Amino acid sequence: MAIASPSAGWWKEPIHKVELIWIIVAFLWGIAMFFMMIYWHGVGSQNLSNEAYKTTPADYAAKVDKMTEAYTVRQEGAFPVVRPPPGSDVYMMGRVYMWWPMLELVKGETYRLHLSSIDLQHGFSLQPVNINVQVHPGYEMVLTLTPNQSGQFGIVCNEYCGFGHHTMTGRIYVVDKK
Amino acid sequence: MTAATNFRTCPTTGLKIDRSAENLIKANAVVAVVFLLIGGLFGLSIALTRWPAVHLLPADWFYLALTAHGFDVLLAWIIFFEMAVLYFASAILLNSRIAAPRWGWAQFWLMLVGALMTNVAVLQGNSSVMFTSYPPLVAAPHFYLGLVLFAVGALIGCAVFFGTLVVARDEKTYEGSVPLVTFGAITAAIIAVFTLACGAIILIPTFLWSVGIINGVDPLMYKLVWWGMGHSSQQINVSAHVAVWYAIGAMVLGAKPISEKVSRMAFLMYILFLQLASAHHMLVEPGVSSSWKIFNTSYAMYLAVLGSMIHGMTVPGAIEAAQRAKGYNKGLFEWLRKAPWGNPAFAGMFLSLVMFGFLGGISGVVMGTEQINLIMHNTLYVPGHFHATVVAGTTLAFMAITYLLVPLIFRREVMFKKIAQWQPYVFGLGIAGISLFMMGAGTLGVPRRHWDITFADALSQFQFSPAAFLMLALNGLSAIMAAIGGAMYIVVVVCSVFLGRRIGDTEVVQLGPVSGAASAAAVARYGNEGTLKIPGTVVLVGVFFVSFVLYYFVNWKYLAEVWPLK
Repeated sequence: MAIASPSAGWWKEPIHKVELIWIIVAFLWGIAMFFMMIYWHGVGSQNLSNEAYKTTPADYAAKVDKMTEAYTVRQEGAFPVVRPPPGSDVYMMGRVYMWWPMLELVKGETYRLHLSSIDLQHGFSLQPVNINVQVHPGYEMVLTLTPNQSGQFGIVCNEYCGFGHHTMTGRIYVVDKK
Repeated sequence: MTAATNFRTCPTTGLKIDRSAENLIKANAVVAVVFLLIGGLFGLSIALTRWPAVHLLPADWFYLALTAHGFDVLLAWIIFFEMAVLYFASAILLNSRIAAPRWGWAQFWLMLVGALMTNVAVLQGNSSVMFTSYPPLVAAPHFYLGLVLFAVGALIGCAVFFGTLVVARDEKTYEGSVPLVTFGAITAAIIAVFTLACGAIILIPTFLWSVGIINGVDPLMYKLVWWGMGHSSQQINVSAHVAVWYAIGAMVLGAKPISEKVSRMAFLMYILFLQLASAHHMLVEPGVSSSWKIFNTSYAMYLAVLGSMIHGMTVPGAIEAAQRAKGYNKGLFEWLRKAPWGNPAFAGMFLSLVMFGFLGGISGVVMGTEQINLIMHNTLYVPGHFHATVVAGTTLAFMAITYLLVPLIFRREVMFKKIAQWQPYVFGLGIAGISLFMMGAGTLGVPRRHWDITFADALSQFQFSPAAFLMLALNGLSAIMAAIGGAMYIVVVVCSVFLGRRIGDTEVVQLGPVSGAASAAAVARYGNEGTLKIPGTVVLVGVFFVSFVLYYFVNWKYLAEVWPLK
């Protein structure tokens, strides 16, 4: 029994055949799952970014402001809506309690989306696409992103950031190429 | 032996029981159950707030309750109970006196003072930083101090456990190797040392930062080290509850592991291949490379997962072998049909095994896959997953073994037998619902730790699909059911411990169909199960494997539908 000491020589007992088969199957499955991640880096289109930089809240805010000044196309409530040129570097800033600014992207074009926070950790959650990335203050992550659907997409904060956390939202518009 | 008078002999198992070990087990188990009650009530209030039609708590109370719920059940309930398990698996199972019982009490009081201090900080309202307390979010200093004291107390408990192993070996209180359950507990304690050390290493500077002595704590480094505690402590739970599965199988059915060697290797894999478990929490962080993530979440071959998959066969296999030895040989599943489903220790254990594997295990591996994490990180899928591992797995297993500890250690008869019989099913079904519906909501993108997914007060609006709201309502209903199951457990256990009929000093307790003479015979035949066939278990394991593979690739399919990114 498992609550009593095993009889002497237990380590010499042969392994039950059924157990051995299961160990081999489970082991091979583990190897398969490992190679699946590598395989997807080769053939898959959804992979995580390995590009990130150290930054400071002030530096990052300055970059966001620069883009916003250059490319704002309209105002929506508290948010400027920014339409940067396709292929360019676009910036999204997390802060209590908004994702700043709103972006307007063109379907099928590729953008370098920079993400950082100027205060606490936030969770960038693009819905209903369901892309979820952690955003840290002091770190600037760059995602190379190609929207392939047009419409209006919400950004929710999914890392707790204080009592107003649930009011932290933002938006990305994706428009068809004209 | 210096303190021979402090022993009593258990009439049921024949084990010699050190009364000071017994008292420590009682104290830790009782406090554990109190924290389960408190934390469980917080949990219910959270689920009822998430249910949009009820929306019970205001926002600040919701975040406060969420912080308290995490600490009280994930740390306090589980680690206090694990201390009881450690003392049980060392002093009791090895017939030994406990080493340094005074240090055992130091463990108990330090953990209790720490737990109360952290709870006070949270209830004061200025430490609603969640269980994870990610900087730069800052809590009151005594929030961190309480956690540190709690961790130090638990470390002392581990030291007493290791000391007891040494005493038992020196005083030759057992022959040959330690029992498998003790081996599992050793695994848990070794992982606990690593885990608690990680906690102390990161929480001490965070405490110093909260009182203004140092300037800041890097949020990325904090996460990496903190999850060395946060995630690895879940491996303590896995080791402990797998040990509990084996213990219940042995005590109720006289089940012996199919192969001692294989089961012990599987435990060993937990120690060797889980230690950078914090990598699972860094999959969508900036500044961490893909190769680092892929390697450290799998060590190239997922050997820790292999460990659990092995236990997933050997535990039901041992039960099948024991049942077949009793003559339940008809067809594939007579052994399972005729299992003691009316015995809450067995029912709880088997439900824990099935739900941990199918709900918690599969979802955990899928979510821990580098790319797939992108569509799940910080959604409700995450709590859905870990409620299946920690509540359906660990908590249900701990509840199940309580039904054996009450007669054996507290020497009281379990009261309200009917309620006890139904308890694992009510609680288990509730938890299964909580896990599934949270995972469902997470798949639809619903964020975790979120008071209002209607975004009524937000500056820009977003609407989740009606299905997400349905999931949260079903989650609320399941939480009510789980709370009823939890209340049944607490009523049965508290009433039995304080008001149950005292069990006489020579009275033999019926633990399951094999108690008494049959149990003694089973002990005499311990060792490997030899050439017995376990076809039923093979079918169960096959179903598990097919579900695992299918669900894994379904999620790659989901991922492939997301906007291309790199």
